[in-house]
Amino acid sequence: MADLTSDFLGIKSPNPFWLASAPPTDKEYNVRRAFEAGWGGVVWKTLGAEGPPVVNVNGPRYGAIYGADRRLLGLNNIELITDRPLETNLEEMARVKADYPDRALIASIMVPCDEASWKAILPRVAETNADGIELNFGCPHGMSERGMGAAVGQVPEYIEMVTRWCKQYYDRPVIVKLTPNITDVRYPARAAKNGGADAVSLINTISSITSVNLDSFSPEPSIDGKGSHGGYCGPAVKPIAMNMVAEIARDAETHGLPISGIGGITTWRDAAEFMALGAGNVQVCTAAMTYGFRIVQEMISGLSQWMDEKGYTSIDDFVGMAVPNVTDWQYLNLNYVAKAKIDQDACIKCGRCYAACEDTSHQAIWMKEGRVFEVNDAECVACNLCVEVCPVEGCISMEPMEIGQTDPRTGRVVVEEYANWTSHPNNPMSRAAE
Amino acid sequence: MANSLMASGIVAQRLNAEELASNFSDLHPAYAPHEAAVAADRCYFCYDAPCTTACPTDIDIPMFIREIQTGNPEAAARTILEQNILGGMCARVCPTETLCEEVCVRETSEGKPVEIGRLQRFATDTLMAAGVHPFERAALTGKRVAVVGAGPAGLACAHRLAMLGHEVVIHEAKPKAGGLNNFGIAAYKSTDNFADREIEWLLQIGGITIETGKALGPDLSLDHLTSGFDAVFLSIGLAGVNALRLQGEDMKGMRDAVDFIEELRSSSDLSTLPVGRNVVVIGGGMTAVDAAVQSKLLGAENVTIAYRRGRDAMPASGFEQDLAAAKGVKLMFNVMPVALKGDGAVSAVELEYTSVIDGKVTGTGETIELPADQVFKAIGQTLRGAPDGLSLDGGKITVNEVGRTSKDMVWAGGDCASGGDDLTVTAVAEGRDAAMDIHAQLTS
Ligand SMILES: Cc1cc2nc3c(=O)[nH]c(=O)nc-3n(C[C@H](O)[C@H](O)[C@H](O)COP(=O)(O)OP(=O)(O)OC[C@H]3O[C@@H](n4cnc5c(N)ncnc54)[C@H](O)[C@@H]3O)c2cc1C
Ligand SMILES: Cc1cc2nc3c(=O)[nH]c(=O)nc-3n(C[C@H](O)[C@H](O)[C@H](O)COP(=O)(O)O)c2cc1C
Ligand code: SF4
Repeated sequence: MADLTSDFLGIKSPNPFWLASAPPTDKEYNVRRAFEAGWGGVVWKTLGAEGPPVVNVNGPRYGAIYGADRRLLGLNNIELITDRPLETNLEEMARVKADYPDRALIASIMVPCDEASWKAILPRVAETNADGIELNFGCPHGMSERGMGAAVGQVPEYIEMVTRWCKQYYDRPVIVKLTPNITDVRYPARAAKNGGADAVSLINTISSITSVNLDSFSPEPSIDGKGSHGGYCGPAVKPIAMNMVAEIARDAETHGLPISGIGGITTWRDAAEFMALGAGNVQVCTAAMTYGFRIVQEMISGLSQWMDEKGYTSIDDFVGMAVPNVTDWQYLNLNYVAKAKIDQDACIKCGRCYAACEDTSHQAIWMKEGRVFEVNDAECVACNLCVEVCPVEGCISMEPMEIGQTDPRTGRVVVEEYANWTSHPNNPMSRAAE
Repeated sequence: MANSLMASGIVAQRLNAEELASNFSDLHPAYAPHEAAVAADRCYFCYDAPCTTACPTDIDIPMFIREIQTGNPEAAARTILEQNILGGMCARVCPTETLCEEVCVRETSEGKPVEIGRLQRFATDTLMAAGVHPFERAALTGKRVAVVGAGPAGLACAHRLAMLGHEVVIHEAKPKAGGLNNFGIAAYKSTDNFADREIEWLLQIGGITIETGKALGPDLSLDHLTSGFDAVFLSIGLAGVNALRLQGEDMKGMRDAVDFIEELRSSSDLSTLPVGRNVVVIGGGMTAVDAAVQSKLLGAENVTIAYRRGRDAMPASGFEQDLAAAKGVKLMFNVMPVALKGDGAVSAVELEYTSVIDGKVTGTGETIELPADQVFKAIGQTLRGAPDGLSLDGGKITVNEVGRTSKDMVWAGGDCASGGDDLTVTAVAEGRDAAMDIHAQLTS
């Protein structure tokens, strides 16, 4: 069986699956049970400064969106950082770390944006023997109104400044957790790097309103008739998170900066995809909150099975493998031509491809006698919509045209050489004309 | 005092009240809302959906399922009822396995169709439970239409006409409306008095009068109706039954299956309903299956369906054959009755094995005798009491695709009219379509 051992910033864990800082990691009881269930590490629920702890709302904290059969696809929350006393958390962290020396235990921290506050808390955290710290610059609700969380994460200068303080007053790895509520994630990532961060983790939750009650006209979750935007997470955010991870992985300035991938990871496959895009390990929150701690066993068995099939013996064998294949649109090969092809034996004749292509795309699917659906190559632009809407996996495929064939849509012969937009004659800024 | 299953002869109380109640409960219980949501999620919203094409009333099935999916069963019910005002009954009695569900693409892909019938029931039950009648009458036209027969064809026709602003009088021979909805459909398909509740709900449209105890015939002629009304719709079903043409057919214990079912459906206490210990049902359609299954459910010990052709030719669907088998009914194929034994009361049926050569059933000479204290004949119903002067086609009133008969201003639909399967849903479609044509004629 493949070796899933993870070494992230020198922090060892038996597998790359950590629980993200959130309710699953809010106390000793949970974390002990998570470790017993097999999680490789945890990022403890975010600690605040000494003093009276924050208070949470006393009504609903979560909203959700569902797919078929009420499968939870997206979760949103208005919870704050830990509402338990700092001292209690620190004592528990120390006890748990002592009992589980082989697991990763990271302290997540969010204190006001001044040097004194950080200087005060960091030694206390160090005493717990935690393996490192994660700076929560992500929380998009509540704490951001008090100048913390996303309010810091949205200003690269603050990120750099706070990261620098942490590197100054703390001698173990510092991970900066980024908020996705920005326009270009490379700026905060560069700032973290410049401040000396050992790694970035992303994403934290996305500002969102999941639903509106059409009787009371209150956003959900509703607290006495009013709602506030919450942080969105779960399977629905995975595509957004993966793009952000890839952006950082392939950015010239941050390339090589270790990344802990977070956002919608629910299965071993999600984890493998994040890691292929450059994440050294992954963190999970919503999936555990939906299904319980036991899901990590599926992640472990799934990842090992896949690694065995591929012949990978260590996770480093595939981390970042997809990064070179992420490029800008302008470099995509415009000489690559494909056509949709419908496997008549697999087709169940629902006609969804037809409705999609006929109503909203390129009128490239024929509906013939007996509900036979066929692609008209002379119209097909290979957009992939029919593939996406077909309920039968593998029924419609995108077949590349062979070199030398003539594309009946354009009348042009498919050629072998690569040519992209930068050199295309339609591009007013074409650079290859000369 | 309960009789045992083994008591011989035709006796009541073979089972206790509790067993009877459980035996005659809903065949397909109603969905709870969550079950409906899960079932609705399976629909692919097909383009030009095969299920809609297969539905004789052309219900926009993907649309109503999508309306259920989005939490709006009332709108779903409207989508159904616009096409089929007896959508509630059809949801319970349609042989969906040979109609909409047979062609569901999920059937193609997984062998398990979207459960359209049960979803239809969920939607229509929700609306009816809310006591809502979603249609209103158009401005009154002053035209009056006579409908003869208050079965599904007559009711569907009447509702559509009333909705379009006409005044409708339904003449029904029996003391009660509903036709086979009330007297034919198996009890476990229409529980809790559904047929009556549905009629009451349907009549909320207004403009429909039902006159029971009024039979077209010597006391009420077609000419009388055509002169007193602007149009006439005939939906008298099939009131006659075919005979076996064997000696002893009038012995005690010999009975038409439809009579037995009618008695069963009219009974307010099933424990008083007598049934034989050894029951043989002759026939192979829905009526045969229903008579056999309900005999079994009443406590008959041995029930056999004897059908003269092979399984593939049996008019009862595979689902119904399986249902019968699951309830403990024995299905015999390629056998036909050749003699009835007994002295005053039937005691056995002699069957001869058959082979089908060029479509013709021929005896092989080999026979088998089944003990029988009750024999139900279910070999087909026939048109009875059709007014003179109408052309007939294969024993049914000749109609064109919109239900016009050979006589001016007289339409017909349902089982009594030519064309279409003898199904509740077909009767509804024909009643509705005739109403649309009557409306066009009366307002042109
Ligand atoms: C036992 C049995 C089980 C069945 N099960 C199913 C099933 O599960 N699913 C399904 O889809 N179909 C089933 N059918 C078929 C279905 O019931 C019929 O196709 C449908 O009822 C036909 O409707 P209709 O309105 O044409 O006739 P009917 O329902 O027969 O209604 C005719 C009405 O006309 C009245 N009438 C007759 N003669 C006169 C007259 N001279 N004057 C005034 N009124 C008159 C009758 O009393 C009756 O009320 C079954 C049929 C039988 C017999
Ligand atoms: C209820 C809830 C509370 C959270 N609290 C914190 C927190 O205190 N600190 C933090 O860094 N992230 C917090 N998060 C964000 C998660 O750690 C994680 O970044 C996010 O949920 C995306 O991952 P997921 O899709 O696996 O849930 C919270 C998330 C949820 C759902
Ligand atoms: S790939 Fe796009 S254009 Fe081609 S057939 Fe499919 S939907 Fe139509």
